[in-house]
Amino acid sequence: MPTTITMPALSPTMTEGTLARWLIKEGDNVSAGDIIAEIETDKATMEVEAVDEGAVGQLLIPEGTEGVPVNQPIAVLLEEGEDASSLDGFLPPQAASPAPAPAGEASPAVQSAPAAPPETASTPVPALAPIPNDAGSGGERIFASPLARRMAEKAGLDLTSIRGTGPRGRIVKADIEAALSGAPVEASVPPAQAAPAPAPVVAAPSPVVATGESQVVPHSNMRKVIARRLLESKQTVPHFYLTVDCEIDRLLAMRKELNERDGTDYKISVNDFVIRAVALALQKNSEANASWSEEGMVRHGSIDVSVAVAIEAGLITPIIRNADHKGLAMISAEMKDLAGRARDGKLMPEEYQGGTFSISNLGMYGIREFSAIINPPQSAILAVGAGEQRPVVKDGALSVATVMSCTLSCDHRVVDGALGAQLLGTFKNLIEDPMTMLL
Amino acid sequence: MTENQYDVVVVGGGPGGYVAAIRAAQLGQKTVVVEAEHLGGICLNWGCIPTKALLRASEIHHLMTRLEEFGLSAKDLKIDLAKIVERSRSVAGQLAGGVAHLLKKNKIDVVEGRGRLAAPGKLSVSLKDGTSLEISASHIILATGARARDLPGLEADGKLIWSYREAMVPDVLPKSLLVVGSGAIGIEFASFFNELGSDVTVVEVLDRVLPVEDDEISAFARKSFEKQGMTIHTGATVTALKKGRGTVAATVNLGADGEKGLNFDRVIMAVGITGNVENLGLEEAGVQIDRGHVVINQWCETSAPGVYAIGDLAGPPWLAHKASHEGVLCVERIAGVDGVHPLDTTKIPGCTYCAPQVASIGLTEAAAIEAGHTVHIGRFPFLGNGKAIALGEAEGLVKTVFDADTGELLGAHMIGAEVTELIQGYTVARTLECTEEDLVHSVFPHPTLSEMMHESVLDALGRVIHF
Repeated sequence: MPTTITMPALSPTMTEGTLARWLIKEGDNVSAGDIIAEIETDKATMEVEAVDEGAVGQLLIPEGTEGVPVNQPIAVLLEEGEDASSLDGFLPPQAASPAPAPAGEASPAVQSAPAAPPETASTPVPALAPIPNDAGSGGERIFASPLARRMAEKAGLDLTSIRGTGPRGRIVKADIEAALSGAPVEASVPPAQAAPAPAPVVAAPSPVVATGESQVVPHSNMRKVIARRLLESKQTVPHFYLTVDCEIDRLLAMRKELNERDGTDYKISVNDFVIRAVALALQKNSEANASWSEEGMVRHGSIDVSVAVAIEAGLITPIIRNADHKGLAMISAEMKDLAGRARDGKLMPEEYQGGTFSISNLGMYGIREFSAIINPPQSAILAVGAGEQRPVVKDGALSVATVMSCTLSCDHRVVDGALGAQLLGTFKNLIEDPMTMLL
Repeated sequence: MTENQYDVVVVGGGPGGYVAAIRAAQLGQKTVVVEAEHLGGICLNWGCIPTKALLRASEIHHLMTRLEEFGLSAKDLKIDLAKIVERSRSVAGQLAGGVAHLLKKNKIDVVEGRGRLAAPGKLSVSLKDGTSLEISASHIILATGARARDLPGLEADGKLIWSYREAMVPDVLPKSLLVVGSGAIGIEFASFFNELGSDVTVVEVLDRVLPVEDDEISAFARKSFEKQGMTIHTGATVTALKKGRGTVAATVNLGADGEKGLNFDRVIMAVGITGNVENLGLEEAGVQIDRGHVVINQWCETSAPGVYAIGDLAGPPWLAHKASHEGVLCVERIAGVDGVHPLDTTKIPGCTYCAPQVASIGLTEAAAIEAGHTVHIGRFPFLGNGKAIALGEAEGLVKTVFDADTGELLGAHMIGAEVTELIQGYTVARTLECTEEDLVHSVFPHPTLSEMMHESVLDALGRVIHF
């Protein structure tokens, strides 16, 4: 009997993916372990291996198809002795069109990741995954009020692009009006509670007043994830911000000395120092290495520092795991490797998912200081500005020092003002007296 | 006084307050209700419910006067006003007892006394024995309701000039009665006393009776009331009431027709209501008040953190079911329930229990046009409905207002027998955002009055069958 190959869930947040490229064609023989396709997910391009052996009977999804739901059949393998005629009657009608992706099932990896609270548990994926246009009528049911359907039809809006705010996510009149006006509907976000945040209402082509000709560029998966998660963060996480100035002349001197030693194979950056200082500061103020959950405070068992890396399609946050147990050279080497592979879209999900604290450094762009949005379910992020020479007053006299401003964004449900200040104070002491990082 | 520490304290045990308290308790909040007078509030004790008991008596009286039509006869029909009032009071008493039971069942404490905001999160309650009690609560919900509005110089004295309160427990059946105000309260009393034999005159300052209803319904109602013997003056005001011995001399300004002096046995003042905002410590707490009502946002939050207001206290529409609904959404918001939505007043039905009854929801035809809608109007008369004719209730109209473009049910307006029980069909339709098409596709049972609701929609599409 023929066997189907389905769209795999390659990460806990993945509900759909783009079938970027087939590496097999109909008639090919494959054995378990062969690479058969490349799938573009939320954040990376991944390879899919065959699990069974057999001849490729049919490729159900053409290359380049976006939004293929997890668990949807994408190809059929024939067993030995079967030919294409075995396919007759094998494929049920719905196999040729996307079946609803069970949102909860897409995250087998989540249960085994103790360090980070399951992301999907607090952020249900939008129920309305876009359906490929060729899906036909067997697609998943969209819940919308009759009035909303009529209004959407009149306005030429695609209901799949609209998030419903009615009962159980039903699309109602207000959602259509919001989509037409480009503003998200005010949905109910109970105070001080991590409720599912309304995802942005994605306006399909609606009248936009602009002098030049405007264009709608379809969102990449990464763009959708960034939009959803950061909106959720800003809407449901009570942020507050603490800023501190760190003098880094001593750090720069130490860095110079380390990097100029003979026979070294490392080149430590200021950011590597920041990663280590953050890890040690978290070790000392371990209450801050935690996440909010309705059940209780999730105290993390390890210090895993996510570092934002800008890449062409957006940004990604590879993780230095157990950063408090790693020296500068090791952090530097790992960071170099992760950043390089991040830019090539080759990171594995476990390399960028999880993490207990984030660092975002825009110093190289000359940004003096900024405040960053927390990456849930983490509870803090450090925004690092440029090190620049500034006048400082010391013992009543004016002098010049290289100063780097750092702003810590905290989730007040987890980190109160005093704790945040202590954490940032510890960090500042480590940065300003980098020898103590050796202790 | 740690034993007086609560999550939620509700000030006022009316249909807003007690419902809010029960919902809060269901959501695991430790809750207390502070009530000054009687659980159930005006609604149960001095409003909605006892008046329905009175109107049931006048309805039966009306049917008795028509017995011959139905091939029946009876002798010596008498009106025992004291008995009618007694029944009304016992109905109210039974329901108020029910509220006490419900609160107890939900483990909600009840404190008898008057609450006053003392400090953030603190309510001071003056108890009946003269002592006071302090209650601490994270959330204070004010639900003190409203009372009849007085007009300067025309204040009710409770003897010859009645407010709703005296009108509900009349000691005499006035031979002649002046009702000032033709809103729901005024018209219900006018209808009751008119049916029982009083010579009723209604004075309304606006240009039509039941001024919040659709023009067409107002006109239909007026004709019907006049046919029943009421005298109605619209665009008119009562400028003076002079109390004599057992009668009141009223000066009525009829606008273009000048002033007229009229004598009445009794007068009922029903010129609107005003929120019970006094002695709650609102100003000290920084709670904003506007024209007799507490100002709230869509989540019933006042301008003072941790202080909420619901129901009549927070402004119109002054309806018990609006108060209850606000109580629930306010509490669910406090408890962090997911999916709470603000109340849309165009989805709240309103009912008036005069004869014939009036019920409506949403926009009137005029309001819809003013809001920029191109409308399709549907009308269906009771005369075309088999059940209505069989009941002997062939007087009435079902009017529907649709947006011509989207098919949205913008409003529905009904007058006639039992329409107060029918309106919820349109309420569900409007809340679920039905279009005219969905209503057309719905099957209505035959023979019922509800078929008229279907026909009215068909009429809006030019497809009416039975008329």
